Amino acid sequence: MKRHIWGSTAPVAGILAATLVLAGCGSGGRDDGDGDDGGSGDGEVAGDTTGVTDDSVTIGGHYPLTGVAAPGYSEIPVGAQAYYDFVNDAGGVNGRTIDFIVKDDGYDPSKTTAVTDDLVLRDEIFAMVGGLGTPTHRTVVDDLNAEGVPDLFVSSGSLQWGDDVENRPTTFGWQPDYEIEGKIIGQYIADEMPDAKVGLFLQDDDFGEDGEKGVRQFLDKQIVSVQKYTSGNTEIGPQIAALQADGADLVIGFTTPAYTALTQLNGLGLGYTPQWFYSNVGSDPSLVGGLLANFSEGSVDGAGALDGVLTTEYIPTNAETDSEWTQLWNEVWAANGGDGPLTNFHIYGMSQAYTFVQSLVAAGEDLTREGIIAALEEQGGDFAGPNLAPYRFSADSHLGVSGMRIAEIKGVASTPLTPVLVTDIGDAEITEDTSDQADDGPAEGGIPQ
Amino acid sequence: MSETTTTTPSTDGATRGQQLSALWQDYPLIRHLVTAAIGLAVVIVVLTAVDDFQATKLTEMAYIAIAAGGLTLLTGLNGQISLGHGALMAFGAYTTALLYDDREVGTPLVVVVLASVLVTVLVGILIGIAAARLHGPYLAGATLTLAIAVPEIGKYFDQLGGDQGLRLFVPEIPQWATDIAYYLTGSDPSRSKYVAFLAWVTLIVVFILLANLASSRIGRRWAAVRDDEVAAELAGIDLTRARVSAFVVSAAAAGAAGAMFALAQRTVGPLGFSLNLSLTLLAIVVLGGLGSLTGAILLSGVLVFLPQIVMDLGSGADLDATRASQMATLTFGLVMVLVILLAPRGLMGGVRALGLRLRAARAGRRTPPATGGSSSSGAAPSPTTDPASPSSTAETAEPDDGSTPITTKKGTS
Amino acid sequence: MLQFTNTALAGLVLGMIFAAFALALVLIWRSTRILNFAQAPMAVLTTYIALVMIEDGRPYWLAFVVALLAGLVLGAVLERVVIRPVEGKPDINAVILTLGLFIVFKSGAEVIFGTKLRTYPPTFGIRGIEIGDTTIGITTSDFFTIGAVIATLVLLVALFRFTDLGLKMRAAANNQEVAGLLGVKVGAMLTLGWALAAVVGSLSGLLIAAGGLVQPSYMDSIVVFGFIAAVIGGLESPAGAVVGGLLLGFSLSFVSGYLSAQLVALVALGILMTVLTLRPGGLFTATQGRRV
Repeated sequence: MKRHIWGSTAPVAGILAATLVLAGCGSGGRDDGDGDDGGSGDGEVAGDTTGVTDDSVTIGGHYPLTGVAAPGYSEIPVGAQAYYDFVNDAGGVNGRTIDFIVKDDGYDPSKTTAVTDDLVLRDEIFAMVGGLGTPTHRTVVDDLNAEGVPDLFVSSGSLQWGDDVENRPTTFGWQPDYEIEGKIIGQYIADEMPDAKVGLFLQDDDFGEDGEKGVRQFLDKQIVSVQKYTSGNTEIGPQIAALQADGADLVIGFTTPAYTALTQLNGLGLGYTPQWFYSNVGSDPSLVGGLLANFSEGSVDGAGALDGVLTTEYIPTNAETDSEWTQLWNEVWAANGGDGPLTNFHIYGMSQAYTFVQSLVAAGEDLTREGIIAALEEQGGDFAGPNLAPYRFSADSHLGVSGMRIAEIKGVASTPLTPVLVTDIGDAEITEDTSDQADDGPAEGGIPQ
Repeated sequence: MSETTTTTPSTDGATRGQQLSALWQDYPLIRHLVTAAIGLAVVIVVLTAVDDFQATKLTEMAYIAIAAGGLTLLTGLNGQISLGHGALMAFGAYTTALLYDDREVGTPLVVVVLASVLVTVLVGILIGIAAARLHGPYLAGATLTLAIAVPEIGKYFDQLGGDQGLRLFVPEIPQWATDIAYYLTGSDPSRSKYVAFLAWVTLIVVFILLANLASSRIGRRWAAVRDDEVAAELAGIDLTRARVSAFVVSAAAAGAAGAMFALAQRTVGPLGFSLNLSLTLLAIVVLGGLGSLTGAILLSGVLVFLPQIVMDLGSGADLDATRASQMATLTFGLVMVLVILLAPRGLMGGVRALGLRLRAARAGRRTPPATGGSSSSGAAPSPTTDPASPSSTAETAEPDDGSTPITTKKGTS
Repeated sequence: MLQFTNTALAGLVLGMIFAAFALALVLIWRSTRILNFAQAPMAVLTTYIALVMIEDGRPYWLAFVVALLAGLVLGAVLERVVIRPVEGKPDINAVILTLGLFIVFKSGAEVIFGTKLRTYPPTFGIRGIEIGDTTIGITTSDFFTIGAVIATLVLLVALFRFTDLGLKMRAAANNQEVAGLLGVKVGAMLTLGWALAAVVGSLSGLLIAAGGLVQPSYMDSIVVFGFIAAVIGGLESPAGAVVGGLLLGFSLSFVSGYLSAQLVALVALGILMTVLTLRPGGLFTATQGRRV
């Protein structure tokens, strides 16, 4: 009995051809145009104008809209879109409306490559704005740079979005990187609580790693225990028990919000009550407090579940109703938002979008890829945005916000414990910010001019 | 069945066409080589015609198909289930990444790909030996665990790039390749197209080897083990050896796929080899038509392009991005369920059944009603050929070899 | 010492949760010879039903029971409509079918309930028990979890050992033809098997959710570990599922607490391969795997 696996009636080549042709049709190419090098435009302006027309500019971003990382993070592009709609309703920037294309990568790096190819090659975006996640964005950052695509305001605090301008000239960070956050937290504890026995609870990726690096600059001798968790595995009881056994009376958590809530729950279960200190990433009081409220057993007011916990801040949150920024975001959300209340994830997206609009304004009427990068390097350090400390953007550094302040959570809001502290990666000293960045409000009408 | 085919044509004064078709039938190597040559030509033409974006999609399709091809042999021909083939790809991909960790590395591509295959084969031997003792759900459990554990190795060791993974540098396009491409198309090849070309050439090479193996004695042994262990053992087949060899061959394909994955993605990290990838590969193999290499290629194409199309439809229908993505995933799941329910033999099984039915109907019209009735009534008509239509000889000779129902035994006891 | 105790207790509770999930897999395997990969998202759906009821202010335990009943109905309907056609077909078809259902249910949950993180109120207390001045890392909710899983195990064993119905179910699963000839309504037995398994699956979903965070992917890690537990136990035996769950729960807990949480998956692989190398059919199976 002879078998051959191809199947006798199917001349494979024919099918190959059919598939390939199908593939060709299936993805409906509308890009017969200029391809990679972009149109050199009107001859006058030397520069790459891919994605730019007289009345629009197309940008894109990759986010986890489905899957494990979707909770919370999927709200970021919704917030950004609301702000872009707000700007577009007012006529856009320099007569151009902002067309923001959001693609789902499910936090899977191989999908990130696929959707980024899609954005760059098919949608021909002008710039990637706010692409989310370290492991995900890492797979595309070098290609974006090789293609000359501006890769602005990556939604992650990894150092690699700005510490290597020479090799990644088009990539800019946005939020404070985890290392300076670790440094600022570390120095505060070393100064204020020199006797504390410090435990670290870290996510086992660059988030925890960079944070630990910063913290250790000041607390190397005070650290008594380091425990890690793998994202996706919600069983962290054994690690919390280990922190407890090692005698840590102050635990710094570089955790995401879900794991902040889990550390609190496990602490309750073990009767373990150290001073908790969470990175900004995981400390959203309205989110985490709201989650924990359901477990308050009636004894505590839910919103106060995180009372007394320390954290850091670098943009105003939804609880700061006095802030002009928060008022603007509420206005934007009311006009262009979706269902539900305004969350701090929405605000994150809006703040980022605001920075992008500032960049467009700075780049001027003749928008080119080279132009926006040059504008960011020259003017980005002076942008008056919601960020409490200035951006570090310059020809030498593309790292984002330069500092933060320490705050104590109370209810859904927080009380600042320090002025805004600024620093940089490595040995750079931590100093008080003198730029008054924290005190400025939004531009007239909520749109940078 | 094939005995009937080889003898029938010679009885009634073979025409040239029949000789050719007999040749086609009897020498799988020739058949495979001709198919490959045509395939290569098609690849060149198509890659010239498509744009860079489609080229990257085709690359993705190619490396998925290569891995699925290997799994087709393992699961389709040998009856071993693997829920962890994505993990095997990781070994190939990491090897490639480690060998191309620097821009200056001049190691020839062929060497790197072969090294990746070799490493994966070594791993495949180990796993294959362990797996050979297991059956059904136990093998599924073991390979499933492999799928989640292997990425953790990459994550744990800093030398492997930890959570971030390894960055690799695709070697420059060789000058001769540029020259040829320029000669053929009048333009320099882009990197995406170069990688797509590499991936498809690899696919063709791997599939020729797989197809030849499958139609060889080794392939028949694998199938014998799958169909009936006891009978195979009585016939002198070493079960363990047959199982391990099938595992190793499929691992080799996974290694080659991993190398192409690495070249295409240019970053190799633990998150790239999720359980999802492994399960997708298995789905391709089954939905394509268990045991059919053609089906594996086709379904890889469907899986790469379907989400895109659904997403486009979604955004066309004014769904927001989140909803459109959720719908794309949901549609994918529904398609899986529906294919299994409506075409249990997968795509190729369905196509073939349809083809047979059409042919039976055609034959029924030409022949007297008595025989016509009998041949069109059955789903799988008898393979004896209608002398009036010599062209059908080759076609009906092996009615459904590709999709022969896999008679994996339901759990013992 | 306290750390040891607490780590062990965490392992015990974790093991019981794995066991609950594994029990559901074992039930379906015993009754239809199918591995149900869609077990987890089915449980996600039923847990969300209960959660929505609780958020609407319905009584907690009413929602709990409704979720279990929803599991019963879902399991039965699924078996009748989707699973029946692949019974008797190659095993692999059922595997792909349940994987397809996995995707359908999970993305269905995302579409219906959204991806927001939510909390599921605990069954009982979430504070550790106090003994003297020290708090021990086990809560009244944990006691409920342990009790519920043991009760389920006892009921299942009793069902299969001592009742006529259980006997018929086993007969229907082992040999449909003979069972049919003996007057067993095979189809009904298979449906019942799926329905009961889905109830146990729903229970595991509720136990994991209670006192924790819920989102459509919250059962994902349980899928693999619960499956490993069932395979270690031998897939045939409810007691094996519980032993497999506990073995895995304790091991993973001690690895997380004393070595590194990053090694959890590798250790799970090690345990599974060790068990399967020694006994290719799992710990609690009478029949050995392949005849080689």
